[in-house]
Amino acid sequence: MRYLIPLAVFVVIAGFLAAGLKLNPREVPSPFVDKPAPVFTLPRLSNAQESIGTDDMQGKVWLLNVWASWCAACYTEHPLLNDLAAEGITIIGLNHKDKDTDAKRWLSDLGNPYEIIAVDMDGSVSIEWGVYGVPETFVIDKTGIVRYKHIGPVTEQDMVEKIRPLLKALEQEPDKQVSYLLPHQRTAA
Amino acid sequence: MRPLTRTFYLTPCLTLCLVLFLALPVSSFAKVELLTFDSPQHEQRYKKLIAELRCLVCQNQNLADSDAELAQDLRNITYNMISEGSDDDEIIDFMVARYGDFVLYRPPFKTSTLLLWIGPFIILLIGVLSAALVIRRRKRQGADTVDDAQLKQAQTLLRD
Repeated sequence: MRYLIPLAVFVVIAGFLAAGLKLNPREVPSPFVDKPAPVFTLPRLSNAQESIGTDDMQGKVWLLNVWASWCAACYTEHPLLNDLAAEGITIIGLNHKDKDTDAKRWLSDLGNPYEIIAVDMDGSVSIEWGVYGVPETFVIDKTGIVRYKHIGPVTEQDMVEKIRPLLKALEQEPDKQVSYLLPHQRTAA
Repeated sequence: MRPLTRTFYLTPCLTLCLVLFLALPVSSFAKVELLTFDSPQHEQRYKKLIAELRCLVCQNQNLADSDAELAQDLRNITYNMISEGSDDDEIIDFMVARYGDFVLYRPPFKTSTLLLWIGPFIILLIGVLSAALVIRRRKRQGADTVDDAQLKQAQTLLRD
């Protein structure tokens, strides 16, 4: 009986370690998932006189993709975004701390999957959205609730397993009251 | 002929070393941020906060140590919020609202972190209890193992 004690201890420790192996320490759980998206209004890359913001997206299922031309990981996910856009999915780009000319050259070289691109020159909107690395991708539903956040480049597997099924499900949802997160409503969870 | 060839190769190499050496302090100076505070208390609070908040990019560094761009931005936000009169809780709430509890090096005490906080004490308790048990058992066994014959043997040995 007493010889079983080390075995039991081993099993418990191995269990914890096995669970720990599957966790990704780089993936910080977002406090925004299933919460209203932070409201923003920014100039467009195509025309700085025009603006784009959360108000323009009411009643739509959309993706917010944070990207920059200096970001190597963005390069790897770019073709997948092009595919998604070709299927008619609305992707809004959030161009993070980039130069206009570099961003435009990137799009003319690699194709433009974005319906509209918001220019976040100083990165302040990225901070409002809790972005800590580029690229990051958010899925926002018709009512302005963040339903999914992806950190790092999106892979084909993420598209097939998570993003496409989620987008399909969200399209079916009714278009209710829009509820973006206004700055004065912000409190820690 | 030979010494000449040597100097020919050495000169550019030495020049390069000198240039690199001179460039060294410049790059380390570039990291220093000059901030002016309204009061020493503000400076104290700023230093305490950036030491307690975690940089999200290089996750094992705090905002004070990290040279990542996001850490710089978050330090600026901390500085500005202090200057504008926000208290420490407001600044911490600002960070937690955006990045979650992960930004805190001192996790809050709640149900999801219960095991984290009391786990070490549970393990300590198990350790103390099992140590006490082992000691008690040893004591009892120790009293039983030396019989009269052994005692006599020991006495004869000691006498010699």
